[in-house]
Amino acid sequence: MKPVIETNNLTKCFGAFTAVDHISFSVEKGEIFGFLGANGAGKTTAMRMLCGLSKPTAGKGLVAGYNIAKQSEQVKQNIGYMSQKFSLYEDLKVWENMQLYAGIYGVSRHAIGPKIDETLSRLGLMHEKNTLVKELPLGWKQKLAFSVAIFHEPQIVFLDEPTGGVDPITRRQFWELIYEAAERGITIFVTTHYMDEAEYCNRISIMVDGRIDALDSPRNLREQFQAQTMDEVFRKLARKATRIES
Amino acid sequence: MVDIHHINKSYKDVRALHNVSLSVEKSELFGLIGPDGAGKTSLFRILTSLLLADSGQATVDGLDVVKDYKELRTRIGYMPGRFSLYQDLSVEENLDFFATIFNTTVEENYRLIAPIYSQIEPFKKRRAGKLSGGMKQKLALSCALIHKPTVLFLDEPTTGVDPVSRKEFWEILRQLKAEGITIVVSTPYMDEAVLCDRIALILHGEILSIDTPQQFVAQFPKKLYKAEADNNFRLLEKLRKNPAVESVYMFGEQLHVTLIENGELRMENEVRLEEILPTVEDCFIQLMNQ
Repeated sequence: MKPVIETNNLTKCFGAFTAVDHISFSVEKGEIFGFLGANGAGKTTAMRMLCGLSKPTAGKGLVAGYNIAKQSEQVKQNIGYMSQKFSLYEDLKVWENMQLYAGIYGVSRHAIGPKIDETLSRLGLMHEKNTLVKELPLGWKQKLAFSVAIFHEPQIVFLDEPTGGVDPITRRQFWELIYEAAERGITIFVTTHYMDEAEYCNRISIMVDGRIDALDSPRNLREQFQAQTMDEVFRKLARKATRIES
Repeated sequence: MVDIHHINKSYKDVRALHNVSLSVEKSELFGLIGPDGAGKTSLFRILTSLLLADSGQATVDGLDVVKDYKELRTRIGYMPGRFSLYQDLSVEENLDFFATIFNTTVEENYRLIAPIYSQIEPFKKRRAGKLSGGMKQKLALSCALIHKPTVLFLDEPTTGVDPVSRKEFWEILRQLKAEGITIVVSTPYMDEAVLCDRIALILHGEILSIDTPQQFVAQFPKKLYKAEADNNFRLLEKLRKNPAVESVYMFGEQLHVTLIENGELRMENEVRLEEILPTVEDCFIQLMNQ
């Protein structure tokens, strides 16, 4: 099977500073892939390149089969994106948000209406169809934001610290949505600071000073680094960082 | 050091705090653990005299949070969840400013803040707004400590901070506790609960339970099992339908399972099942389901 994300020595420099330093990895279809790193390790820069928002200085990256340097528009059309910080318009109703994003991603006019109803029924949020997003509890917003991010059935969805701040049950309901999407073949790419969130991923990469210093399943990483928790793995790796936080 | 009796607070028709009572001992490191919207910030704002409760009483270091608010404010340190230092002042200007308004000097209490402040001192000429998240957090803590408060209130100090800085931060809190400072800290992260002496679990404005992290775990009323298979999502769906299963939740790479009374779980070979000790998060879920 062809990987959905494949990078080969992907690099990004800002002047003399190498933010992302020759990273090579691949992510399979339907995989839940965790992308970790301390503040300033280069996660955001790498993710921006993978989303077609920033051109690599060197190296190659294919996302959903498209070259991220030369076909960034096709990349954008074939991915979904959700961030904890911003995902939905608070002053639009639930259905308006869904229609807006579906339209932006080019879902056909006739398909949008029925699909909004189908998605809301599946989430048990049909009765909130006409509610302003700002009036929804945080947990519902997160579920809705994720459903909106995959509304156009992208091959990959990028989740930027998706589940902070909700109660443990709501959080698990959110991860069940993610697993369900992965079962349907959507690849999930998650960045997070929180190691307990990372443990939900099939495989994890950890960036240190612009490089990928570790990549494996959480279980194998714990074994490899002789650590009880992912937190410990992360700290052992991050301690090697020489970049000054600035 | 902190005594709270039957505090209630509503914003219009939203109930933020409902009949909250708790007390915190001197030099205790007390954790308020709960998700966004649980009422943590409202409680902090009441305890720091920045918000009036609808009913109930609270004292901090023997001072009433309403009647004695002027004296109270000189004795407590407060680090709000949102970064609230002066972005246009430099690191050292911010620290000087807070020392001055509390009628003290940076020199006088330097020893107390040294373990934290020394890490950002190389950047003391930098404007606070230009600092990274971890550095902002250290500056905010230094400013909250510069007048040597007796009680320190920290509202989600580790939200958005990477694991290395989080670990450092909790080590600093341990040192401050050893100095005799009472600390009330809130966090949405269950794994930080075990770093506190005692914790209160809070949800929808109500305290679910207060105890030491060890007691929470010891009092978990059921046997808890972890289950793993090659495809945990399918296993989860299967266990949900199993009549012997009382609850099943994902926990990273594992599922945590409790059974009904006398329930027995017969599993196929590819499923690995093992009895485990619950975490504080298991206890939180169990209390939520009660």
